[in-house]
Amino acid sequence: MTTPTVSRTADGLMPAPIRAAYMTLLLFMALSGFGQMPIFKRYYIADIPGLGWLAQFYVTHFIHYVGAALLLGVAAYYLTRYLVAERSRRRLSLYGAIQGVMMVTIVATGVLRVIKNYEGYYLSSGLIVFLDILHLAAVMGFLLVGAWGLTSRKRWTRIR
Amino acid sequence: MSNTISRRSFLKSGILAAGTLAAGESAARAAGAPARNQHLATMIDITRCIGCGACVEACREANSPKFPNPQKPFPRMYPDRVKVSDWSDKQDVDDRLTPYNWLFIQSATVEVDGEETELTIPRRCMHCTNPPCVKLCPWGASRQYQNGISRIDTDMCLGGSKCKAVCPWDIPQRQTGDGLYLDLLPSLAGNGIMNKCDRCYDRVAMGEQPACIEACPEEVQTIGPRPEIVAQAHARAREIGGYVYGENENGGTNTLYVSPVPFETLNAAIEKGPGRPHLGPAADRMAEANNLGAALLIAPLAGAATALGRFLKAARKAGSGEHPLSDT
Ligand code: SF4
Ligand code: SF4
Ligand code: SF4
Repeated sequence: MTTPTVSRTADGLMPAPIRAAYMTLLLFMALSGFGQMPIFKRYYIADIPGLGWLAQFYVTHFIHYVGAALLLGVAAYYLTRYLVAERSRRRLSLYGAIQGVMMVTIVATGVLRVIKNYEGYYLSSGLIVFLDILHLAAVMGFLLVGAWGLTSRKRWTRIR
Repeated sequence: MSNTISRRSFLKSGILAAGTLAAGESAARAAGAPARNQHLATMIDITRCIGCGACVEACREANSPKFPNPQKPFPRMYPDRVKVSDWSDKQDVDDRLTPYNWLFIQSATVEVDGEETELTIPRRCMHCTNPPCVKLCPWGASRQYQNGISRIDTDMCLGGSKCKAVCPWDIPQRQTGDGLYLDLLPSLAGNGIMNKCDRCYDRVAMGEQPACIEACPEEVQTIGPRPEIVAQAHARAREIGGYVYGENENGGTNTLYVSPVPFETLNAAIEKGPGRPHLGPAADRMAEANNLGAALLIAPLAGAATALGRFLKAARKAGSGEHPLSDT
């Protein structure tokens, strides 16, 4: 019996509406994430009508958490689907491997930062700075490699 | 209240604090007890304060080595909306919080027992139990110790002032022209260093009292383990038929004010504005996102379960001879 397959369009990409939702999610994660730094007000971006929320730290913080929950859900969905239904026929591409490492780094550093935000967790400045830089660097890497992947139609997986 | 006891328990927790500082960064918490029970807290009994300002002077004397030391002229900052915050020529200002004045005396004329009375209130950082200034600093310059003290490391601070923006009382104060930003991109990012009361963390670590507490002739402040201080504040409030502020504000702080009049009354009577914090309600802002913790746990489980469910459904279909490929 062949392994049953679920949810994959003929070209191996996400269905268009899901893809659009995923891109929107990434956009909001990037915006709310960069909004953790006090830059949007300084550089007038928060003055653009509709973007005032970018300068409100508690709003961007909340949005980043909501987005993180959605992103974790999406990541877990695709990871599980790959592991149970697709691994026998498809393998991770180099692009997928690079993005996977970036995503794991983003999630791991993000989770530690979430834990830190609860009362009673005291991290040293050195560790916090390390997590900050790693989170930011992985995001930049993910976005840059992702942009390249988007233009050259790279996929996370390829047929074995 | 027995001052010896409070002094002894203070020393005990001071030594404890010194121990934890020396032990470094273990995030371990005493089993079972909420973290805040390990914190040092202070009760500020407003009825006892005579407004002499000895605490303000003592704070300045003890902490002046930590004060900013800006280089002039300041680097030009872009865009033009970025304002210079320069207190270096106004270091003597002592009627509000500044980078050079971490404690000031606020006054309120109110009616106490039918008599018009001027109350004086020492104001500084509240040392929140879960301080947003620390937790939301995007750069790790602000930190909290296990004894609850929060402090901005001016060697690390870039002066973006986010700590002030997220502080319910706008406590941290900026001085332009000092700090790490000068070595990075001074025209484009950062704007100096943020300063606030650090609870005399260095003195406390050595088992000493914070300077303002030691200098006060009226023993307005009592410092000790938080649970004891909370109990004392309530006992004192009961004794005078008064009110407590700071126990639950912003989710809980380590500064408990006891007042003979309701804090709404005090808040209406004090002068508020830049560097002059309010005494009004302060919601627990960190809780807004922290309450989403469950969602962060459930979301990946839901994602994995959905994928598994779809797989099993497809597998059943495949088993029954139907074509397993379908899409949404
Ligand atoms: S009062 Fe403001 S500056 Fe002080 S610990 Fe709380 S959030 Fe930080
Ligand atoms: S605890 Fe220390 S730093 Fe804070 S107000 Fe008192 S003297 Fe100043
Ligand atoms: S030293 Fe004591 S009595 Fe004098 S202003 Fe400060 S808290 Fe009040």
